[in-house]
Amino acid sequence: MKTIKQKLIIPIIAIALVSVTSCKDGSKNEPAAPMSNEMYQEPMDDKDDMSMSDNQDAKAEAILKDYFNLKDALVGDDNDKAKELGATLASTLGSFDASSYSDSEQQDLKDIMEDAIEHAEHISESDIAHQREHFKVLSKDVIDMVAITGTEMKLYEQFCPMYDGGTAWLSTKEEVRNPYYGSKMLTCGEVQREIN
Amino acid sequence: MKVVKIIAVVLLVAFVGIQFIPTTRNQSDMVPETDFMLVNNVPENIQNKLQVSCYDCHSNNTQYPWYNKVQPVAWFLEDHIKEGKAELNFNEWDSLSTRRKTSKLRSIIKQIENGEMPLDSYTFIHRDAKFSEAEAEEIINWVTQLKNSL
Repeated sequence: MKTIKQKLIIPIIAIALVSVTSCKDGSKNEPAAPMSNEMYQEPMDDKDDMSMSDNQDAKAEAILKDYFNLKDALVGDDNDKAKELGATLASTLGSFDASSYSDSEQQDLKDIMEDAIEHAEHISESDIAHQREHFKVLSKDVIDMVAITGTEMKLYEQFCPMYDGGTAWLSTKEEVRNPYYGSKMLTCGEVQREIN
Repeated sequence: MKVVKIIAVVLLVAFVGIQFIPTTRNQSDMVPETDFMLVNNVPENIQNKLQVSCYDCHSNNTQYPWYNKVQPVAWFLEDHIKEGKAELNFNEWDSLSTRRKTSKLRSIIKQIENGEMPLDSYTFIHRDAKFSEAEAEEIINWVTQLKNSL
């Protein structure tokens, strides 16, 4: 009698344990805990920084700023920082205010933002290869956004023919630093177009 | 030994207990007008593959396996379906903008190419949901065509 019980007990415990752990695994990965961001050098001056954080209606410039921070993280092969900055960009995109644009522009911008938010959110929870896949489409969204909103900044649209059949991105600097390959092929690409 | 027995009894009670917790079932008889198959001209063999391999988690109607009745399996499935539908719901395809459709199609292609979809945990039981290499290629080609036509 005892041995039968013992025989039963072990599989029951095993089943219970497996189910408990698989449940945990099944739940969605929490985004990485915010890590210290103080070390990160903002490419812009303090004044812009201040107006950004207080501004609820994020303008195109704020989106671009977050986009460039994310791009730099990918150039630096920094998966964790890119996760963090992807989340930042997603929230900036979400607070974009399109009310000053025409109806058709508003519709386009809405489509762009919806798509871009989704990619930025994926970037906030993916490994670096996936982050780069999403960054490709995100870059297209941002380029299309700039075509509507314009920008005060001097920008360079750069193009890497090797990544996924040819892929573009934006940069504030003329010299090429490739966010799709990072250190593997840092300077692969060329300036395709200058904005402003 | 006594401790093991107590633990076993507690776990057994818990296991029986959780069977009574209801889960939301993802089932619907209605196929909305926005469904992927209705708005796109999908060849029959591709339709079948999508239905068998994708629709259980990416539509409003899941063909549940028998063991879905058993907790905690039901929770596990519920979670997957919720996540799957949030990512892509074929039933609501036509409510997406062209831009997002293009994005989704691109993701479908990538995920099949990389063997990430259908999930291993799904094909482990649904053997027929697995894509052979030829099937994967066929679907990727067709989805690529659709993406380029948008």
